[in-house]
Amino acid sequence: MEDTTTLQFIWFVLISVLWIGYLILEGFDFGVGILFKLIGGDKEERRAILHTIGPVWDGNEVWLLVAGGATFAAFPEWYATLFSGFYLALFVILLALIVRNVGFEMWGKRDSDAWRTGWEWCIALGSLLPALLWGVAWANIISGIPMEPVATNGRESLEYVGNFFDLLSVYTLLGGVASLAIFFAHGALFLEMRTEGELREKAKAVAVKATPVAALLGAVFMAWTLIRQDSLEILSLISAVVAVGGFIVAAVSAKSNPVRAFIGTAAGIAFYFIAQFIDLFPNALVSSISPDFNMSLNMASSTDYTLTVMTVVAVLLVPVVLAYQAWTYWVFRHRVSAEGFGDVKSPLDLLDQKKEAAGGSGSNPGAGGEPAGS
Amino acid sequence: MSSIAMTSLDLARWQFGITTLYHFIFVPLTIGLAFFTAWYQTRWYRTKDEKWLRATRFWGKLMLISFALGVATGIVQEFQFGMNWSEYSRFVGDIFGAPLAMEGLAAFFVESTFLGLWIFGWGRLSPKVHLITMWLVSASTILSAYFILAANSWMQHPVGYELNEATGKVELTSIWAVLTNNTALYAMTHTMLAALLTGGMVIAGISAWHLLRKNEVSVFHSSMRIALPTLAVAGLLTLVVGHFNGVLMTEQQPMKMAAADAVFETESGVGLSLFATGDFEGNPGSTNRNIQMPNALSFIMTGKPDSEVKGINNLNAEYQEKFGPGEYAPIVWISYWSWRIMLGCGFLLALFGLIGWWLNRKDKLTTSPRFLKISMWAASLPFIASAAGWIFTEMGRQPWVVFGLLETENGVSPTVSAGEVWITLVGFTALYGVLAIIAGRLFFKTAGKGPAEVEEGDADKPYLGLAY
Repeated sequence: MEDTTTLQFIWFVLISVLWIGYLILEGFDFGVGILFKLIGGDKEERRAILHTIGPVWDGNEVWLLVAGGATFAAFPEWYATLFSGFYLALFVILLALIVRNVGFEMWGKRDSDAWRTGWEWCIALGSLLPALLWGVAWANIISGIPMEPVATNGRESLEYVGNFFDLLSVYTLLGGVASLAIFFAHGALFLEMRTEGELREKAKAVAVKATPVAALLGAVFMAWTLIRQDSLEILSLISAVVAVGGFIVAAVSAKSNPVRAFIGTAAGIAFYFIAQFIDLFPNALVSSISPDFNMSLNMASSTDYTLTVMTVVAVLLVPVVLAYQAWTYWVFRHRVSAEGFGDVKSPLDLLDQKKEAAGGSGSNPGAGGEPAGS
Repeated sequence: MSSIAMTSLDLARWQFGITTLYHFIFVPLTIGLAFFTAWYQTRWYRTKDEKWLRATRFWGKLMLISFALGVATGIVQEFQFGMNWSEYSRFVGDIFGAPLAMEGLAAFFVESTFLGLWIFGWGRLSPKVHLITMWLVSASTILSAYFILAANSWMQHPVGYELNEATGKVELTSIWAVLTNNTALYAMTHTMLAALLTGGMVIAGISAWHLLRKNEVSVFHSSMRIALPTLAVAGLLTLVVGHFNGVLMTEQQPMKMAAADAVFETESGVGLSLFATGDFEGNPGSTNRNIQMPNALSFIMTGKPDSEVKGINNLNAEYQEKFGPGEYAPIVWISYWSWRIMLGCGFLLALFGLIGWWLNRKDKLTTSPRFLKISMWAASLPFIASAAGWIFTEMGRQPWVVFGLLETENGVSPTVSAGEVWITLVGFTALYGVLAIIAGRLFFKTAGKGPAEVEEGDADKPYLGLAY
């Protein structure tokens, strides 16, 4: 097996970054999507909750699309085997994301309780299922899947030869439950940070209970992941420790300092998945049938030329993307409460009052990437 | 062919066809409406005339419904290549993945971020910055289309690549060649004009409905006055570019164009068939043409009235020699009729645009109920034309998925069973069907409701009528 080249390493790191960006950002969307139904008592509260993620959830989801596109471009074999292998699981995720996206857009477009209730279920389930299934998927990727060479069109490719149920084991289900718990807590902290009044109290009550559970499940999954390693990888161990540390900070600060707690879960999620990516490296996919059938990044990769082209594009564009996404969070950094949402015709009077804090156009890019309450 | 016996290949093809055509209802509509919304908002920014603000918000709201459906169904598009077409993805990944990733990095991020800023930014961003966000959304929808058309055009006319004999896969040798593929540049121009036609025609249709009812005349009359000249120009240009697109296609994919007119034997000075019957089967049979326009086809395909047009049977023999035994013709009747439907709708639209422009100049729009009634129905034409155009482009390339390099049957995922594809095919189709009903009803309801009132001083306040 040939070694990973520098370009392949760069792209593995970049794809990891895209996934981690996606999971941190859409992670709180998922949590908020579930809490939307759970703690949003009435229409006004639900609308307020929706408004905390309204301007950003779509941009958050693009991280997934770009991660998918980047995997296709940089490691086509990885993309092909993974996507055809996790077929039905991805199908469920796609259905969930579709009804969730449409739900966000449609919820407030008609004034009818039945209409809203229907979309609320779409949003809640559409958030819960991916939060669970992405965890299951990544646990499978790092722990190994039934994969072996299959000859097609006179060419041998490593193919997934199991079925949907082969993706479910105690370890992978734990991975799913842990990611669900983590995203749920992350979302609760986000709401606590972004709302005020009664809504904030409710979010805080959830966050205080959810963060220790997330920390515990995350720690168990990290420990199990490390135990599974043939020889312990130090970097993976360090990342796992930092991840659990982040979750513990979140659990301790949930009550008193939601901003610190949110940074805790965000960093926790980052290192939680960094630990998994380190565990995976230098493979793209691991075979549970035989280590001889592992798919290395080198085997999965595009040519040097394509990787070079994509590197240039990424170097030019990624900083710009980060800058304007940060700017969006800056523009919409105000706290939201249910008050002022009573009158559908002119909602968000409260935001209007808060406008002075924004100072008009907020033409101050890079001044703050964190969606911290001001 | 009984449906039970459908293979995973057949099912994956149906799924691609259904999901892609469905997705493409919203693509040109969103591109078109985003452009006109930005235009109306520019009018508002310049004139401070309230009717433009109301128009901006009204058409913007419709654009958002279309956008929501387009984004939601777009995720399936990206995942589908890997899920159903893993062999295709392995074969072309070195080339095809790059424009998809660029689309995400360069277009999707801009689109989603700035649309969020636009929706929630009323009264929060300065009017100028807010206007810029809308133009960025419009530009990014167009940029996104460019990357995806570059990817598709590579399948029609592969350039900038090399076949690696050792791996059996194609490798990129020039990204510049892929991004400036002449097929892509023509397709881009043709498709963007069609998107303008779609957005403009929907605006004309909805405006006409309101004008017939004397409802909000100032907003809808103004909206239509901008849409109609655009329609006339875009309609004519779509035809002109489409013609050159055809000439290019005759060079690059002669079989597709031969099938478009069911020309079975190579001839010179061929007439354009207006209506043909027959079994559309090659060798030895042919069609029974009954109406032809002399020399027109030769002109359409090559730009010269008396030039030679290669026939399906001759091309088939040529390809058999080159690529080995097999059938290299697409399903002729599909090519024949889809091409005619596209062209027919295109001519009607151009004609409609010209009449509309003339009425507009004479200021007779509001006093021509017949024209307004026709407008409402004509709004369906661009959608029919787009669907027919894509069916023609994609079906006409068969049996190839990448022309001359990979046949469709060799692109399908080998480990995905027919049963699994059935599940996703039924699942997506059912969900898309339900969404079509819900979103369609919402679209028409919102369209029928007309623009919301704007009160004095509202323009500077945060406005969330477009939000949730």
